[in-house]
Amino acid sequence: MTDTQIWIVILALGAGTFLIRFSFLGLIGNRPMPALVLRLLRYTPVAVLPGLVAPLVLWPDATGGSPDPARLVAAFTALGVGLWTRSVIPAVLAGFAALYAVLWLLSGV
Amino acid sequence: MAAATQKSVFLRGLRDGSPFLLVAVPFAALFGVSAMEAGLSLGQAMGFSVLVIAGASQFAALQMIVDNAGIALTLLAALAVNLRMAMYSASLVPYLGAAPMWKRAVAAYLMFDQSYVASLARYEADPGMSLASRASYFFGVATAIAPAWVISTWAGAVLGARIPPEAALDFALPITFIAMLGPMLRTLAHVAAAAVSVVVALALAGLPSGAGLLIAAGCAMVAGVLVEERLT
Repeated sequence: MTDTQIWIVILALGAGTFLIRFSFLGLIGNRPMPALVLRLLRYTPVAVLPGLVAPLVLWPDATGGSPDPARLVAAFTALGVGLWTRSVIPAVLAGFAALYAVLWLLSGV
Repeated sequence: MAAATQKSVFLRGLRDGSPFLLVAVPFAALFGVSAMEAGLSLGQAMGFSVLVIAGASQFAALQMIVDNAGIALTLLAALAVNLRMAMYSASLVPYLGAAPMWKRAVAAYLMFDQSYVASLARYEADPGMSLASRASYFFGVATAIAPAWVISTWAGAVLGARIPPEAALDFALPITFIAMLGPMLRTLAHVAAAAVSVVVALALAGLPSGAGLLIAAGCAMVAGVLVEERLT
């Protein structure tokens, strides 16, 4: 791509991304939404995040797409500690600890 | 008094958002390095991080540019990655919809996975929060992330610093997303939604970027409501 074409991509992607983010929040504003829609939307975070990370956990790019024990253990540790402590930071720390521990253990084999 | 309260809510958001630096800093630095390697100028790399400010779609666009895919296909692929944020936008309406237009516009610009999920968790945990406090909290979380995102892109592009693969920072993003997920699995309906999301997303992983995730998220929301109805 030429310099100009790359700038067109940047500007159009910036505008398009903003419009996606602004869409409902900007246009619906304070108007009421149907009750069923509101009930569906309450599940948005738990509906999007798992599907977003599942392929990254199972088929990480870093290993060429094959499942990696360290990353699997780290994922389940982060999930377990998050469920147990009900808070994010301990879950992040435990996930990293598990990741590095298993990577280190396997590197010695 | 009111101003002081808003400031403390903002600071609380800032504090709650700071763990996400663990993801934003290396991810943005990596984007800066990759953009320079792909032959972009420093201005273009910064243009992506300031104007688009959405990591996964920036990488998708960069990949398409490297592959010489053409403007239309590049935009299509990168925008598809961001479509999930239309769902975020809709689910924020009950909480921020009544805010002034300029606040909604700024919140839209600063709508990342992290600022969205952290804020929504807070809104649900504290239903008595005022409209102004909800906005302040959102901006607090986003302020922890956005400047670091831009500065780290610049640092990556200029310093070209290499992050050693042993650091396994590719997995910082999945770990933080999973860590955010755990505390949100409060009811069987939430667990069912998450399980459906995983199964459908994996089954549709072959679809073009973003498409499988949208379908998976839609199925998961329906599953959540269906299970909720069975239980009540």
